[in-house]
Parts: sequence; structure tokens; C-alpha cells
Amino acid sequence: MDNAIEANALGKRYRRRWALADCTLTVPAGQVVGLVGPNGAGKTTLLELAVGLLRPTTGTITIRQRAGFVAQGAPVYADLSVADHLRMGQGLSAHWDASLAWRRVHEAGLDPRQRAGRLSGGQRAQLALTLAVARRPELLVLDEPAANLDPLARRDFLDSVTRAVAASGENMTTVFSSHLVADLERTCGYLILLAGGQVRLAGPVDTLLAHHRARSLDDLVVSCLREAAR
Amino acid sequence: MSWLAWRQSRAQTTIALAAVLAVSAAAFASGRADATIRLWLSVLAVVVPGLLGMFWGAPLVAGELESGSFRLAWTQDISRVRWLGWRLAVTGLAAMAAAGLSSWLVTWWAGPLDRAGLDQFGSFDSRDIVPVGYAAFAFALGVLLGALLRRTVPAMAATLVVFTAARLAFRLLARPALLPRVSLVLPLNPSATGYGSSGFLPLAPSPSLQPAAPDLPNAWVTSIAIVNAKGDALTSGELASTCPDIGHGGGGGIVNPLANGSSHVPASPGVANTMHDCVTRIAAAYHEVVTYQPASRYWPLQSEELGVFLAAALLLAAACAWRVRRIG
Repeated sequence: MDNAIEANALGKRYRRRWALADCTLTVPAGQVVGLVGPNGAGKTTLLELAVGLLRPTTGTITIRQRAGFVAQGAPVYADLSVADHLRMGQGLSAHWDASLAWRRVHEAGLDPRQRAGRLSGGQRAQLALTLAVARRPELLVLDEPAANLDPLARRDFLDSVTRAVAASGENMTTVFSSHLVADLERTCGYLILLAGGQVRLAGPVDTLLAHHRARSLDDLVVSCLREAAR
Repeated sequence: MSWLAWRQSRAQTTIALAAVLAVSAAAFASGRADATIRLWLSVLAVVVPGLLGMFWGAPLVAGELESGSFRLAWTQDISRVRWLGWRLAVTGLAAMAAAGLSSWLVTWWAGPLDRAGLDQFGSFDSRDIVPVGYAAFAFALGVLLGALLRRTVPAMAATLVVFTAARLAFRLLARPALLPRVSLVLPLNPSATGYGSSGFLPLAPSPSLQPAAPDLPNAWVTSIAIVNAKGDALTSGELASTCPDIGHGGGGGIVNPLANGSSHVPASPGVANTMHDCVTRIAAAYHEVVTYQPASRYWPLQSEELGVFLAAALLLAAACAWRVRRIG
């Protein structure tokens, strides 16, 4: 099976600080990948390098597939309505699924005429997820999608992601980042742990748990971060 | 992408159109009797391109960078350069159309007054086609500065400063020499040559002979010089040694302009005679050289200047593409 992401000696420097250093990584296709790490660990940098928003300072990163991306904070155009966003997605995507997009808008309870600037945080995240999913991506990248949501919106949103993943079958690789292990626990089969700009842990969750004799994902992540801090 | 580009500039284009219509309605309603309206319309046509650069150009990329929406726009199936190309084309053409429309309205409204004034170059910057070139240039400049500074408000300020400097520099240095000037050689006329200096006080040059401008209706006189057969200009030393009395004994003065409608009193006969004798002595060795752009050069100069600013706008647009590709 092909890899969805391959990073080789990847590094990104902002002025003097290395946000990501010497990162070599493969993400197998068809997985749901959780990217965890404390704030400032380099999660956003890695994901933005993957989707081409950032250019590497060193090394390379290739994604073999078409990506759908929800950036941190789920940015949308405040002046454009929900329907305008769907029309934009249609115009800018080669494989746009209009019926999927409209179905998701209705399921999320979004008013198509509502300006995006008036949406709640949870609604905005749902709109951004819809724009990414309706592109029929082979790689879905979500950067801290639930970070600023209240607990209810957060649960709704994560359920939406789970449904989108289930509906796409084996064809889609999903990578989403969080600083909360609990967000990832229910959905992810594959884990990447970043700390201090470096990959500390990467592999299938089952294998990692067995190998490190950890009781839970939480324990594993915490012990790894303790080790990294030393 | 064409739809998105239009959708993102729709509101501002509508506002601009409404503003142009409101101003023209007000101008037509008030008629052509009031000269201050002509002045204000000219000022408007001069500032519109700069405003378009500030309010349409500067936020085009900087606004996306500030709000984070570039992360949405630049992760679709369209390259950043094509995205930028569409946005520059749609909003840029709207800016050029807005400037062209306002310039056309001002030109049309002020046409009878301009023709009577016989000073077509006096309103060169705010008439006909050059404002379209200024708008394209200001817009592309605003986009580039926004992409470089990454913040809207500083980019707006920088656009205003750089655009004003570019326009002034072009106006003072490039435009007079854009086409070869025509020279006119005249003898000095002792009855129509004065003495003094012109300019803002701190910058005013030392007083010298001031020949009257020749009667060249609608032409643009770029310089009037007093030179000898060898082509050397009259120096103040030469003037002082030839005419030791000049500048003494008083001249004409200003009286109360409300008293009789005239703002000047003539110089006393003695002063006028001294002046006449002086210019006659100087005229033995010196003559007057007037360089100017003839009236027929108005349209060639308009199209040349339009071409220069449009070409500069295209260069700036290319620089925008280069910059946007490198962000990140």
C-alpha cells in the first residue's frame, strides 16, 4: 500500500527558531492518524508543510494524493454566505461533490444564506470541514479542528469527522492534530507524537501500546513527553 | 475562480459605482457656474487612484494573510499564482473602470470651462485617460506592499506615500521630457520683463529677470531662460553689474483688493524707467529661450503617460506573483 505522506529529513526554521527539525516520517494510506504534542511542538508546521502552505527549509515532504485541509481556527470568508462557500468550493475543486456538501450543510443545521462571519465557532468548523470533505480528498488534514469549541460542539464535530471517515471507506487517509489525547483516542488507529520539533513516537496505536507496555494512550503519551523533557 | 474573484470585489465595486453616481448627480445639479466645483472635481479625479490603491489594493493579499483565509484559498486545486491572477485581473479592471468613469465624468462636466481656460495641461492629471493608468499602478502597488508587509493598515499607509512620491517624481522629472520639447527663441522685451522671484518662500530662488510668458495657448511652458549667444544663462552677478540700481526704490504694491477690484498699483514711473533701461542693456547680449510642449502634444503625452503607468502596473503585478509564491 502506498504511503499518504512521506517526509524525509524535513525541517522548518522561522528566523532563528527551528519549529521542526530532521523529521523523517511515513504515514501509511487509509489510516486515521492522530498527531499529538504539546502547544508549540510543531504540529501546525508539519501539517502546513504537508499541504504546501509552507516551504521546507531542509528536506522534503511529499503527499501522493489530493488533500482537503481545515486550518487551525477553521478560517472562512466572513463576508461570504454558506452557499457562497459551497459555490467557491465547486469552482476551486476538481472533484467536488455538491450533493455531499449540501447534505452535510443540512445535517449540521447551517442556514445557506447565513454570512460565515455570523456563524458560531462550531458551525464555522462544520462549514470548513464540509468544504474539505466535499473535495473528495484522498488525504484529509485537520489542524486542531476542535481546539476552540465548547464541549458539546466539540463532540458534535468529532462525530462528524468520524462519520466522514466512515463514509469515505478505505480510500481516505485522515490526519488530525490535537494537544488533547482524549480527542484522538476514540478515532485514531495510528499515532504520531511530536515534541520540541521532533518526532518522538510514530506507529499503529495497538503496536505502540503493546511495545511500550502502556495501559492507555494517555499514559503512553505522558511518559514519552516526560522522557523528551529530560 | 472568476466567480470568487468577482464575489470578493462585488461590494466595494458597488460602493464605488454608487459614489461616482452620487458625485456626478451633485455636480450636475449645481451646474457649471461655480468654479470651486471644478476645482473639487479635479481634486477628486486626482485622489481616486490613490484611494483605490489604498482601499482595494493593499487589503487584497494582506487581508487574506491577516484573517487566515489564505489557508483556505491556497489549499484548493488552483495554484497561488492563478488565484492571484484572477483577483488582480477582476479587482484591477474594476479599479481602472472606476477611475476611468470618474475621470470621464469630470472631463465631460468641466469640458466647456477647460476649453475656455486655454490651459489644458493645467488639468492634465485629472482628465481623460491618464487616471486609468494611475489607478492600475496604485492598485498593483497596494497589492504588492500588502503582500510584502503582510498587514493591511501599514500597507495602506505605505501605498499612499509611495504612490504620491511616484506621481510627483514623474510629474516633475519625467513628464516634461517624455517627448522632445520645442524651443522658441525671442528677443527680450523691455516692456514685458519684470524682476523678482517665484516659489515658496524658503525655497524661492534669488530674484532675477522674469520675462513674460509668451502667448502659447494650451501649450505647456516647461522653462523660460535668459541666455547669451554662447548659451550661458544670465548670472545674478552679471545682472547686478549691468543694472546696479535694480531692486532698489520700490515697485508695485498690493492695495486693498476690495476697494476697486484691482489688486495692484503700477510701479512708479521712475522704477519702470530703470527697469526698462536695464532690460534694454541686458537684451544687447542676451535673449529669451522658451521650451514647451505644444498644444498638439496633449494627446501623445496622455497616451505615453498612460502606457508608462500601465507597464509599471504589469511589472508590479509580476512582483506580486513572485512574492505570493514565496510566502510560507
